[in-house]
Amino acid sequence: MISLTVNGKKYQVDAAPDSKLLWVLREQLGLTGAKFGCGIGMCGACTVLVDGKARRSCITPVSAVKGKKVVTIEGLPENHPLKVAWIAEQVPQCGYCQPGQMMQAAGLLNEHPKPTESEIDSAMSGCLCRCGTYQRVKSAINRAAGKGKKP
Amino acid sequence: MSPKMSRREFLQHALAGTGIAVAVTMTPLGYRVFSAADAAAGEFVPSVWLTIAPNETVTVMVAKSEMGQGVSTSLPMLVADELEANWGSVRFVFAPADDKFRDPVWGTQATGGSTSIRHLYEPLRLAGAAAREMLIAAAAREWKVPAEECLAANGVVRHKRKLKSFSFGQLTSMVAGIAPPAKPKLKTPQEFRLIGKEIPRLDVPEKVSGAAIFGMDVKVPGMLVAAVAHPPLIGAHPASYSSAAALKIKGVRQIIKLPKGVAVCADSLPAARGGVDVLKIKWEGGDPKLDNASLDARFAKALNESGIKAKETGDPATAFNAAAKKLEATFSLPYLAHATMEPMNCTAHITAERCEVWAPTQNQTGVKAMAEKISGLPADKVLVNTTYLGGGFGRRFETDVVEEALLLAKATGKPVKVIWAREDDFRNDFYRPMNLSRVAASLDSQGKITGWQHKVVCPSIFARVFPDTMKNGVDQAAVEGVANLDYDVPNLSVNYVRIDTPVPVGFWRSVGSSHNAFVVETMMDELAYLAGVDPVEFRLSHLGGNPNAYAVVKTASMRAGWGKPLPSGKGRGFAFHRSFDTNVAMVAEVAVDRKSGRVKVSRVVCAVDCGPVVNPEIVRSQIEGAVCFGLSAALKERVEIAAGGVVSGNFSNYDLLRMNEAPRIEVHLVKGQDKPGGIGEPGVPPIAPAVANAVFAAIGARFRELPLSPKAILKALKKT
Repeated sequence: MISLTVNGKKYQVDAAPDSKLLWVLREQLGLTGAKFGCGIGMCGACTVLVDGKARRSCITPVSAVKGKKVVTIEGLPENHPLKVAWIAEQVPQCGYCQPGQMMQAAGLLNEHPKPTESEIDSAMSGCLCRCGTYQRVKSAINRAAGKGKKP
Repeated sequence: MSPKMSRREFLQHALAGTGIAVAVTMTPLGYRVFSAADAAAGEFVPSVWLTIAPNETVTVMVAKSEMGQGVSTSLPMLVADELEANWGSVRFVFAPADDKFRDPVWGTQATGGSTSIRHLYEPLRLAGAAAREMLIAAAAREWKVPAEECLAANGVVRHKRKLKSFSFGQLTSMVAGIAPPAKPKLKTPQEFRLIGKEIPRLDVPEKVSGAAIFGMDVKVPGMLVAAVAHPPLIGAHPASYSSAAALKIKGVRQIIKLPKGVAVCADSLPAARGGVDVLKIKWEGGDPKLDNASLDARFAKALNESGIKAKETGDPATAFNAAAKKLEATFSLPYLAHATMEPMNCTAHITAERCEVWAPTQNQTGVKAMAEKISGLPADKVLVNTTYLGGGFGRRFETDVVEEALLLAKATGKPVKVIWAREDDFRNDFYRPMNLSRVAASLDSQGKITGWQHKVVCPSIFARVFPDTMKNGVDQAAVEGVANLDYDVPNLSVNYVRIDTPVPVGFWRSVGSSHNAFVVETMMDELAYLAGVDPVEFRLSHLGGNPNAYAVVKTASMRAGWGKPLPSGKGRGFAFHRSFDTNVAMVAEVAVDRKSGRVKVSRVVCAVDCGPVVNPEIVRSQIEGAVCFGLSAALKERVEIAAGGVVSGNFSNYDLLRMNEAPRIEVHLVKGQDKPGGIGEPGVPPIAPAVANAVFAAIGARFRELPLSPKAILKALKKT
């Protein structure tokens, strides 16, 4: 048994230490907001916060988050500036990558509350969006950071 | 395709009134369909497309798949506007696979070809208008006044002079016996309250909260999760394998052979994947000599065949021979993958009495037919639920993963969710066809095109998917955008050479236009330079008979500041293409880094005429997305094939456009044509030629091949 704290709640899960956090979240805890996209940490759809930092849950062994605070899209409050901005900018199209985009953005804002364009680019370029919502993702991050509307 | 349903038949379906009375609700396990008798008491079900509940909720059935293009908002807007509903009370539900929800033009329930608005613009408005008239008639009957004295607005029917009103919810108990109108009166565009407005999308809140259920997220009690070992070579199949090691893995339940692979069913995906890794499969079949080089050679050889005539007007060969200025050029475009962010998956459950499928699908009719076939159950025992799609782009028109889920559900007797690894997804795609084209065009002394001979060598998608549509052996998709060339060309011939290879091909966002627009628009640019005319002027001078196209070209060029000087190393390129009944023109601004060979597209200005716009914000976002989708292919994408199999397996060796490579995109809507055009796809075709033409403007090198990779750019720079 491994103990985990996810979205402020404590869980005991029966999983091998090398099990990937993504599948523990999705299959054992029923938190399906974090998505499976590539399994090698190259698309960002599975991104969650671990102690406030954006991490790829598809390559993170569950043993590595023992005693740490995991936050998934479900744990980001509805009135979180990023969620509000994402709706205001009408970011999602298919929506599949968006939980990962938002958690990556949350990690970025934890580190840089007023990110520059290049800080946004470098933090977000690990998160693929096949629908091509990048311009709106960027606008939403700027909006959440209180940096005005459109780039 | 099934027989086409006439507009009248569709209306009969839509307007058969309370008699049809199909109510559908969504439960955690999927949809529940009620008959008229046991529909929730008091609900008003004026047609299959909407339900009004006593609590005022208006539920619109969305029979198209939501894969990002906004149909779960735009289609309810059509119904709600004519209904005069209060938009805040409007909800949507994805329709189950059912003949009642067939597309009225196609006669099948499917989503593709940028048709959702084009095919449903009028029918869904009629359904809303009919319900509005029925509600008004019910109120008038209650008040004993003529219906003409009543009007509906914002979810309420009022009497025009007296202070009387009923809400739609109240009227649900008074509408019994009101016959649906034969010819409901549609609003004039001036009367629209919702259509044309930037209404926030109904699907966005749950996509932002994380609650949206995609196929990947479906959970059915007692469900097994399956991973499938697919063949390493195209066309191979499993000859033998060993289950022993896999069955020792904790959680692995069953190993099942499929026609094209071996599946491991387990309690969790990691267990299933662990099982797949130790199956020791021996494969047979496939052609180890198949690779990009051998395919290139086959296409090059096919280019010498004359092919089948797809179009012929005038005598372009004579015009070519007589011309002083002429150009002949060959263009080559690679196989491309769909790479939807959500890998292929499907969940199915078959019992003796019932078959249920949960699929992120673009093809409900195809899924249902396959479920009936594999389960052996009749149509009324088969329920197909469409989830949200994590991207479609044509890939989810195919039913291959659905077939796997159904076969495994049948073999295990349990609900099974099949989840493909990203590698399965890349290596078992139905790829955008490779394409080799040759164009020979001629100019007169005034800089006008006198002749255009075009040959397309391309595998056929339609021959496999819709064989009935093959006319005289021509795949219409392979020559779209050329056989119906928009430019004034007096002498035009288009020949199609069909080439069959083992590489499976399928619909990829914008289909034939994805390659033909690149060929035509690069050629137009080259001809403009040959004629010594500005590329925009050159296009305008060949669009004299097409005022709508002319306006779109004009708008994009003006908004982009066409002709204004740019710093050295930068360039602007232009392209125009009409597809799916929509005109799109684009100007791309690029900078080429001479050291790294990297092309950075900084700005793309788009002008779009798709006729009447239902929701301008959705139209703009579709064009923004299409620019990125097309740009990704233009700069980065090519399916690598070697030793008989697809090498491209993940984003490590088939990368997509990323945020740091995405341009600033401006979309300008132009009011021109009367009829609605498509919007999901038409933004894709123009971006690749606009960028290639901009690269030419920047560095003077022409590109007749994609992608414009740093390697290709550096090679070209060496020559200049």
